[in-house]
Amino acid sequence: MRFAFTTDQLALRDAVREMLAKECPPSEVRSAWANANGRTASAWDALTGMGVLDALVPEAAGGLGLNMLDLVLVCEEVGRVALPEPFVEHALVAAAVVGSGHGSMSALVGPAALGVYADSVDAVLVEDDDRLLLVAREGLVLERQSSVDHTRHLFTVDWSSAEATTEVGGPQECADAFDRAALGNAAVLVGLAQHLLDVTVDYAATRNQFGVPIGSFQALKHKLADVRIALEFARPLVYRAAHSVSIDDIDRSVHVSMCAAQAADAASLAARHALQCHGAIGYSDESDLHMWMKRVWALQRAYGDPAWHRERVARAILDED
Amino acid sequence: MVVGSLRRMDLSWSPTEVAFRNEARAWLAENVPSEKLPSGDTRDGFALHLKWEQRLFDARWSVVSWPEEYGGRNATLWEWLIFEEEYHRVGAPQRVTQNGIFLLAPTLFEFGTQEQRDRYLQPMASGLETWCQGWSEPDAGSDLAGIRSTAVRDDAAAGWRLSGQKTWTTRGAFCTHMFGLFRSDPAAERHAGLTYFLVPLNTPGVTVRGFGRLDGDEGFAEVFLDDVFVDDAMVLGEVNAGWKVAMATTGSERGLTLRSPGRFMATADRLVRLYRDIGARASDPALRHAVVQAVIDVEAYRLQTLATVTAIGDGDNPGATSSLTKVFWSELDVRMHDTALALLGTAAELEDNGWMKDFQFALSGPIYAGTNEVQRNVIAERVLGMPRR
Ligand SMILES: Cc1cc2nc3c(=O)[nH]c(=O)nc-3n(C[C@H](O)[C@H](O)[C@H](O)COP(=O)(O)OP(=O)(O)OC[C@H]3O[C@@H](n4cnc5c(N)ncnc54)[C@H](O)[C@@H]3O)c2cc1C
Repeated sequence: MRFAFTTDQLALRDAVREMLAKECPPSEVRSAWANANGRTASAWDALTGMGVLDALVPEAAGGLGLNMLDLVLVCEEVGRVALPEPFVEHALVAAAVVGSGHGSMSALVGPAALGVYADSVDAVLVEDDDRLLLVAREGLVLERQSSVDHTRHLFTVDWSSAEATTEVGGPQECADAFDRAALGNAAVLVGLAQHLLDVTVDYAATRNQFGVPIGSFQALKHKLADVRIALEFARPLVYRAAHSVSIDDIDRSVHVSMCAAQAADAASLAARHALQCHGAIGYSDESDLHMWMKRVWALQRAYGDPAWHRERVARAILDED
Repeated sequence: MVVGSLRRMDLSWSPTEVAFRNEARAWLAENVPSEKLPSGDTRDGFALHLKWEQRLFDARWSVVSWPEEYGGRNATLWEWLIFEEEYHRVGAPQRVTQNGIFLLAPTLFEFGTQEQRDRYLQPMASGLETWCQGWSEPDAGSDLAGIRSTAVRDDAAAGWRLSGQKTWTTRGAFCTHMFGLFRSDPAAERHAGLTYFLVPLNTPGVTVRGFGRLDGDEGFAEVFLDDVFVDDAMVLGEVNAGWKVAMATTGSERGLTLRSPGRFMATADRLVRLYRDIGARASDPALRHAVVQAVIDVEAYRLQTLATVTAIGDGDNPGATSSLTKVFWSELDVRMHDTALALLGTAAELEDNGWMKDFQFALSGPIYAGTNEVQRNVIAERVLGMPRR
């Protein structure tokens, strides 16, 4: 029994953290809010350079040959900086199915209805009737939808011609792709929540009212303590689900759903309390806070909402013996 | 989960651990009384529970993690978690010896003298001597450092004279001994002048009065001390260092040892069974997801404990994070019982429905072992580093 990460896994996390601090500071997220494709200038290339976008691709096929357990902490970092890129869709979902060499990819699996960044990638992996199809850019028929998070360029995705689509998986690949997406999304939500907590703790130490830092008021302390507790009891579920996926545990879908529900609830609480503890400055779009909150609101239901995931757990533990 | 290692995550139990689980499971299946014992927080129930404790001890299951010389099995923390899971899974009797075994013993191992360990540990493990915790006083609850009971030095007799009043003392009316904090230096700053004492309750000058708790059992007691003499051998740790010594037990009380995941796994199992029996008839469809959420939360607690034990093995000290754990399990326990009562509907008020009494006990979780308000203060100030008032 050992429930901890290896030094290599932590080192990969640290390397990605360091890179993202440079490539994706809050100002970069802010630019993505207004630019043409909602993405960063160079973070994608930097991730490509580090190999993490093809991390799940076998080494023989040009990838890093890593697994979800190696990548789950990277997802957290992606969330922490609110990276506006199709990281989960490309690295955890599409590349793991089709391998490298297809350019950048987005993905649309499970109950998710919209494809993120579908107009600025080279291909989109879609689930259709228990099959996975890779649709190349020229075959995509897209209609823009606007997300509360303006960095998330969302589209309904259809495809026009058979030539542009390749069948790349069946029912099991669909199920596994969805589980990886939901798990990656949960880890991203944990990272978003951690950032919301960190900046709020910092803000509460520097903002003074009644002659004292607002962070000394118990009402605020208890709210942020609750966020810390929610994170403490979301992370282990996320890490265990990553472990289960990495070893093809028979219960991996249930484990993914447990962590998806818990992480979404933790992030939602973090967003709510972060705003309340900031007061009006948190309500202003001149503060960075809103970009993290809106990402949480977008992602907390992105790959199955908490009720959907709880129901999936319910079917496994309440209805069967 | 901070300390790295070359060893990969592995959530399986070793063959030794599986064998340990099987041995515990087999013994418990043979030996756990088929009829539920009357509550151990009543006089008669306490006596019956002590018989059970003796049986546990004779088979070396009462203190599995202790060294063999004191009746244990030298079990690892992992094995101890396994034992707890098995113990609660079969609904084995409540541990009326817990405050000694889980709260005092870790302190004796850390701060006690060899003589104290040799004198007290084995009778504690067998239930021959039973310990209650004498911390709270009428005017010192959350503000534990405000205790007023005094220890006055008696040089001639080479000991101390204890006076004052302790209260809310769990099972104090049935126990033979008390460990407690006393003010030994009235001039010192609040936390500084306290000393940790071991007190046999049959010492002249001690009066104990049991009284009822919310659930009707006589589980509380007031302990009055009037010039009670204890000799120097009854001081645990250094004189005037009682605060530090006492804080070592709060870690045990809040997390890992007093309330291990096994206890809540068993409650969640009962809740799932209740739902399977009557959930379809429940008036509120949201209860289905409340049951699921309970299972998810218990699983989160189990996994968080595995991470903590791994970290301890790597040399980490969990420290103030035990406050996170305490808030979580105590409020989870309340939610599980709330959900059960909601499932029971009008039958919820019946005292023998299997949940109402436990519900009342669950409500004490956010109060004892440091209230959850105080724990949230600790989390904010010591885990998050927020400014103190
Ligand atoms: C079932 C049970 C068993 C117990 N067993 C024992 C035992 O064996 N031995 C023993 O010594 N004691 C025991 N206790 C007592 C327990 O330790 C105290 O109840 C606890 O420390 C709280 O103290 P209090 O009850 O005096 O409440 P108070 O300290 O008076 O608190 C009342 C309320 O005020 C809040 N409050 C107090 N201070 C603060 C603060 N700084 N910030 C925010 N809110 C605050 C509390 O959270 C609580 O809600 C037991 C209690 C219970 C319920």
